[in-house]
Amino acid sequence: MNLTLYVWRQKNAQDKGRMEKYDAKNITSHMSFLEMLDVVNEDLIHQNIEPIAFDHDCREGICGTCSLMINGIPHGPQRATTVCQLHMRYFKDGDTIYIEPWRSRAFPIVRDLIVDRSAFDRIMQAGGFISVNTGGVPDANSIPISKKDADTAMDAAACIGCGACVAACPNASAMLFIAAKVSHFASLPQGQIERKERVKKMIAHMDKEGFGNCTNYYECEAACPKEISVKFIAKMNREYFKASLTGR
Amino acid sequence: MNTSELDQITSIPTPVNVSVASVSKKVLMAVTGAILLSFISVHLLGNLQIFIGQGQLNNYAETLQSLKGLKWTVRIVTIIAVIIHIWTGVLLWFENKKARPISYYKHDTIQASLSSRTMIYTGLLIFFFVIYHLLQFTLIVTNPQYANLRDALGRHDVYSMVILGFSNYFISGAYIIAVLMLAFHISHAISSFFQTLGWNNDKVLPKLKLLANIVAILFFIGYASIPVSVLLHIVKLPVGGY
Ligand code: FES
Repeated sequence: MNLTLYVWRQKNAQDKGRMEKYDAKNITSHMSFLEMLDVVNEDLIHQNIEPIAFDHDCREGICGTCSLMINGIPHGPQRATTVCQLHMRYFKDGDTIYIEPWRSRAFPIVRDLIVDRSAFDRIMQAGGFISVNTGGVPDANSIPISKKDADTAMDAAACIGCGACVAACPNASAMLFIAAKVSHFASLPQGQIERKERVKKMIAHMDKEGFGNCTNYYECEAACPKEISVKFIAKMNREYFKASLTGR
Repeated sequence: MNTSELDQITSIPTPVNVSVASVSKKVLMAVTGAILLSFISVHLLGNLQIFIGQGQLNNYAETLQSLKGLKWTVRIVTIIAVIIHIWTGVLLWFENKKARPISYYKHDTIQASLSSRTMIYTGLLIFFFVIYHLLQFTLIVTNPQYANLRDALGRHDVYSMVILGFSNYFISGAYIIAVLMLAFHISHAISSFFQTLGWNNDKVLPKLKLLANIVAILFFIGYASIPVSVLLHIVKLPVGGY
C-alpha cells in the first residue's frame, strides 16, 4: 500500500520545527509501524534527505522507548498496543497519517519525534525505589504476599514508563505514571518502609517538573499500552492523604 | 553513593515552582464543589415548594429570611466556596495550558466525556448566570417592581415574583440553558469527586458515572420544571391578582 505521511521535523531543541509531507511507498500490511518508518527513512537517505529520528529499542512492546503520536492518539489507533507492536494492517492504501512527538513542557523535544523523558527518571529518583541490602538474590517466596496484593502490584507494575499518559492527557499530566509506581510499591511488603515519604516526594517532584494537573479526563487510561487503570490514581490520592495526615 | 550525592541528583533544577501540590488543588476543587452541590440541592428543595402553592413558598421564604444567623452563615460559606472553586478551576486551567505549550497538529479524544472537557466553560457560564440570577431574584435589581409584591398576609410574594419572572420567554430560556450547563457540570463533578478523594476503584467507577448522570438529570428536571410549568400555566398567579 501507499500512504501519505505528515511528520514533525525538528533539527534540535532550539529549532522551531514543522510538519513535512512524505510518501510511504510499497508498504506491506505485515510491517510494523516502525518498520514502515524504516522503509521511509531508507527512501529519504537515497534522496539525500536527513532520515526521521524516532525512539525505539526492544520493538517487542516491553521497554517503553517507542513513543509516537499517530493521528492524535499515543501509540496509534489500536488499544493496549505500543507503536512498535502496531502493524500496518490497521491502515489502508491511500491513508494519510500524522506523526508527532509527545507534547509536554516536561518532555522537551530532542530531535524530530524524540523527546527527553528524563523527567520520569527524576521522579523515580525522588522516591520510586525501595531500600534493600545488596548481596545474593533472595530466596523466592521467602516473603509471603497475598494473591490479591500480588495481583494489584503486578497490574501497576505493568507500566513501562513510555509517557503515553502524559501525551494523551489534555493537561499533559503525569499522574497515571506516578500512580502506577506508587501503587506498585505500596502493595508490596518491600515497599512499606518508604511508603509515606515516597508518595509525597514523587508528587512534589512531579509538580516541579511542570506536568499539568489531573482533572479526571481518563484519557491516560485509554491511551496506555499496558491498560493501567485510573483506579491507581484514586489509590495514589488515598496514599497521599494518609501520608499527609499522619506525617512521615 | 552517599545521601548528599543522591540529593544532588534528585534536586536537579526544574522549570517551575508550584506552591500548592497538584493533588491538594484537586481536593480543594472537590470539597468546594461538594459544598456548592449541597447548596443547590437545598435550594432546589426550597424552589420546588412552588408546586405546593403560594402560601407554602412565601412562608418558606419568610422563615429563611427571619433566620438571620443561618442565612448569613450559609451565604458566607457558599461565597467562600464559590471563590475557591473558581479560583482553583481557573488556576488549573492556566497551569494545564502551560503544561503543553505547543499543541498537537492533530489530537483525538478516546474516552474523555464531553462534560469533562467543557468544565471550565460550563462553570463560567453558570457563574455568569448566577450573577444575573442574584440580581433578578435576591437583590431584585433587574426588576425593582418585584420588591413590592405582597401576598394577602403581607409577606413578600416570592411566588408571584417567580411566576412573573418566568413568564418571560427569554428569562425562562436563559434559566433552562443555565441548568442544562449545571447538569453537564455535575455529571463530571460527582464521579470526579470520589476519584479525587480516593474513594474509587475499577468496580465502583462505572457505577459512580451512572449515579452522577442520574443525579445530573434529576437536577435538570427539578430546576427546569419550574419555568416550564410557569410557561405551560401549570403554576399560575393567584386568582384575583397579587
Ligand atoms: S520499542 Fe520497546 S516498547 Fe516499543
